[in-house]
Amino acid sequence: MIADLSFWIFSDYAVSTAIKLAVVMLIIPLTSLILVYVFLFKMMAFMQSRLGPMEAGPHGSLQLIAEALKFLQKEDIHPDNADKHVFALAPIIVLMSTFLLYVVLPVGPDLVVEDLDTGIFYAMAVSSLSALGVLMAGWASANKYALLGGLRAAGQLIAYELPLVLAVVGVVIQAETLSLQGIVHAQANWEIFGIGSGMPFIVTQGIGFAIFMVAAQAELTQTPFDMPVAETELVGGFHIEYTGFRFLLFFMAEFGTAFAFASIASVLFLGGWSLPFVDPTANWLNIVGPGVMLAKILFLSMIIFWVRFTYPRLREDQLQKFAWKLLIPAALANIVFTGVFKVAF
Amino acid sequence: MADETTDNDTPAEVLADEARDSVVERLTEVLGDGVVESHVQPGADVWVRVDGNRWQDAARALHTMDFAYFGFLSIIDWAIAPEGRYEDADFDTGDDGESISSVPEATGVAGGDTRFQAFARVHSITEGLGVTLKADIDDSMTIGTWTGVYPGADWHEREAWEMFGVTFAGHPRLRNLYLPSGFEGHPLRKDYPLLARVVKPWPGIVDMEEIPEHLEAQLEAEVMAAFEAEEGGA
Amino acid sequence: MTATSDQQRHAYVASQAAEARVNVELDTGDMILNIGPQHPATHGTLRIATQLDGELVVKADPIPGYMHRGYEKLTEVRTYRQITTLVNRIDWVGNFANEVPFVLAAERLMEVEAPPRAQWIRTILFEMSRIANISLFLGDMGVQLGALTPVFFAFRDRERVLNQIEAVTGGRFHPNFDRIGGLKDDLPKGWIAETKDCMETMRNFCDEVEDLLLGNPVFQARCRGIGVIPTDVALGYGLSGANLRASGVDWDLRRDVDSPLPYDQIDWKVWTHTDGDSFARFWVRLQETREATLIVDKLLDGLPSGPIMAKVPRIIKVPAGEAYISTENPLGEMGYYIVSKGDVGPFRVKIRTPSFNNIAIVSWVLRGVFVPDVITILGSLYFVLGDIDR
Repeated sequence: MIADLSFWIFSDYAVSTAIKLAVVMLIIPLTSLILVYVFLFKMMAFMQSRLGPMEAGPHGSLQLIAEALKFLQKEDIHPDNADKHVFALAPIIVLMSTFLLYVVLPVGPDLVVEDLDTGIFYAMAVSSLSALGVLMAGWASANKYALLGGLRAAGQLIAYELPLVLAVVGVVIQAETLSLQGIVHAQANWEIFGIGSGMPFIVTQGIGFAIFMVAAQAELTQTPFDMPVAETELVGGFHIEYTGFRFLLFFMAEFGTAFAFASIASVLFLGGWSLPFVDPTANWLNIVGPGVMLAKILFLSMIIFWVRFTYPRLREDQLQKFAWKLLIPAALANIVFTGVFKVAF
Repeated sequence: MADETTDNDTPAEVLADEARDSVVERLTEVLGDGVVESHVQPGADVWVRVDGNRWQDAARALHTMDFAYFGFLSIIDWAIAPEGRYEDADFDTGDDGESISSVPEATGVAGGDTRFQAFARVHSITEGLGVTLKADIDDSMTIGTWTGVYPGADWHEREAWEMFGVTFAGHPRLRNLYLPSGFEGHPLRKDYPLLARVVKPWPGIVDMEEIPEHLEAQLEAEVMAAFEAEEGGA
Repeated sequence: MTATSDQQRHAYVASQAAEARVNVELDTGDMILNIGPQHPATHGTLRIATQLDGELVVKADPIPGYMHRGYEKLTEVRTYRQITTLVNRIDWVGNFANEVPFVLAAERLMEVEAPPRAQWIRTILFEMSRIANISLFLGDMGVQLGALTPVFFAFRDRERVLNQIEAVTGGRFHPNFDRIGGLKDDLPKGWIAETKDCMETMRNFCDEVEDLLLGNPVFQARCRGIGVIPTDVALGYGLSGANLRASGVDWDLRRDVDSPLPYDQIDWKVWTHTDGDSFARFWVRLQETREATLIVDKLLDGLPSGPIMAKVPRIIKVPAGEAYISTENPLGEMGYYIVSKGDVGPFRVKIRTPSFNNIAIVSWVLRGVFVPDVITILGSLYFVLGDIDR
């Protein structure tokens, strides 16, 4: 029995799983750190003619670590009337959905935790899990602001899940696969009218890309779609009652998901880790690929945060109108055109 | 820069202020003997004291006279405060209710016969002038509400109610505005003690010694010299 | 046996409970939501008890008083010189402007007139505190609607105006610079050129806000048609300042009422808007800020020379009488009704503050709007809490 167990522990499967787990566990705090420092701290500060944090570490680069330590030291408070188990579980579910997203993200020809055949389908499915967590947080907090925030979040995530998925369908039709690795390969080998090699899908899926980015903005509850959080009206919305470690989980999930969505967008529309005119099977791409991918992700994140820092927020009904009357019809039209062109050419 | 102060300095220039006079006239036309007293300060202001029972009628009359803009509404307590600057004054501090209507000295523009007086100010946008309306409040401590005519009077009356204890008959929601709901007393009444003054009495004017006359002239000259040196400077 | 009967009993209880749960209707009645007293949109400690049906506001009831300081009582035990210190703290964002109507009212009673230079400098500082005040509003309105950036621009540029005010008065927030009969000091050297430069900065700031917010489709979607106040309602509630002008009333105390301040000696414009909604209020305020910078420029150009203090006695005793003077403060009509009995201090001072009337309308205007609109409307009515709870 012990032999069996030791055999199992040291099997290739177990070892690779352990490594993958460790990588994902590491990646999420790391990505949050990068995004928060680069965009929330520094880019926002420069846009607003400030310096941002300057004291902790060179140019304040260790500020977030200090913040995280501060959060960890805080008392874990929950309101008296809160549904304690749900209250405690909600941030974990939100973070879980972020973790699960990273499972299918490819960063190189061989660098992927698990290349599922239904990769993009899976990613869309697990990303909507966070709605559940947010709703739980809003309900369990026993706070009217949190409840309003949670309900807004639920309505919003449902409304924007649709255009998000529909925008992806165009890419899937063009790539003829649901696997994210397959989509990257499809772009790396794709030629448009015989020109170029490895054109990204954004060339033909421009509308899809725009819809995806708008929907992702709403999915991430970033301004102008940040009604569930809405500091000046709901004072933080669903996470109003959270402090310390649990708030940190929400915070990390927010930026981890932003990073994940930027990477999904870069895989779907910008070619992921691949480069134009480069053989996608080349082994050195395992080393360069993550860098290429990171550059694309940061570019897309920059757009997300740029909009966030610039725009005022919409009202909930205006947001719903925007989704159902504009984004979804546009996404459907995009699917139809993509399908027609796919058959025609 | 013609304004009232120069008018007042030279009484020869005081002319009848036709616009303000006509306000009083028109109000008298509507209210009849409801207008008790009036005072026009030419070029500056006009006060009309109306009968307390005609307070609401006065509001309606003014509103129809295009005085649509509501300025404020409040109460004056003409009693002399027992502490503060007036602590030497002879004042009946009794809370027996009898002192309420006794007026220490009938005073104020447009007069007054009772301790409490309501006063309000409305403005005419078209004519560009404002009028201060006053009314005596008798022992019933009740006066009609203006909320039906000027909705903005709502808060002002609530404030006056809690601060002076004057009831506005017909006010829809007469409840505390600033004070907590269990608060006792009416803070802006003159006999309500200002705790800070009770603890530490009015010190009188300090650091205000008269400068001897010859020094004052010298100071003046210095200041003027400084002006001339810097004239047009800055 | 007992086990069976226990089981039966449990089953029965469970079924009853299940039944009860089915038959219980979910309570879909209205929800009471307290916005404030600690809420970022209330600029302090205003509390608004709203009754919500979903997100729709059925009824809203503003409850002020968490910061009431009893200034009207305090004025009765203070001398005139001490009161300017008090009134500074009423509208703490538009600091200097608070002193002016009080001093003017006292001057009217005393039949003293400040020399022209003092009046001009008063007006300049008055307009500068208007700029300092409203520029904060322009940025803050963005924050209320979720745009974080404009408020930082506002703070950045407002800083310069405050520095200029500080250079003259020595105080950034509570200058206490007005004296009955004039001013405490003259302008410092080099101030005029610096101020002109500062006004240029503020005009650029106005342009920036116009680019960032006014033309923004999201901003317009949030503001247009929200919180419409018709003209007659605005007048009846005694709304003043930009709120009144945004409802289409061409009324500005600076222009329409005789006052010793030299507004009639320069050329300027009163801005009005006919929509009466939140956007109109924002627009009017933006134009006014720009207009104020131009007014300051023109006043600086025409600044007369001379003394800054009229001859007043060392001990100020105001003759018996009553006077009401109101000026067009940044927030609206601020007036002081001074009742004097010929003493060193007033007998009674009624402080008519603009925000008091401007917020009294809230329960009227917040009916049938959504929760986010509550914030828009409160933001666009623009109040300073010290101005309500004076």
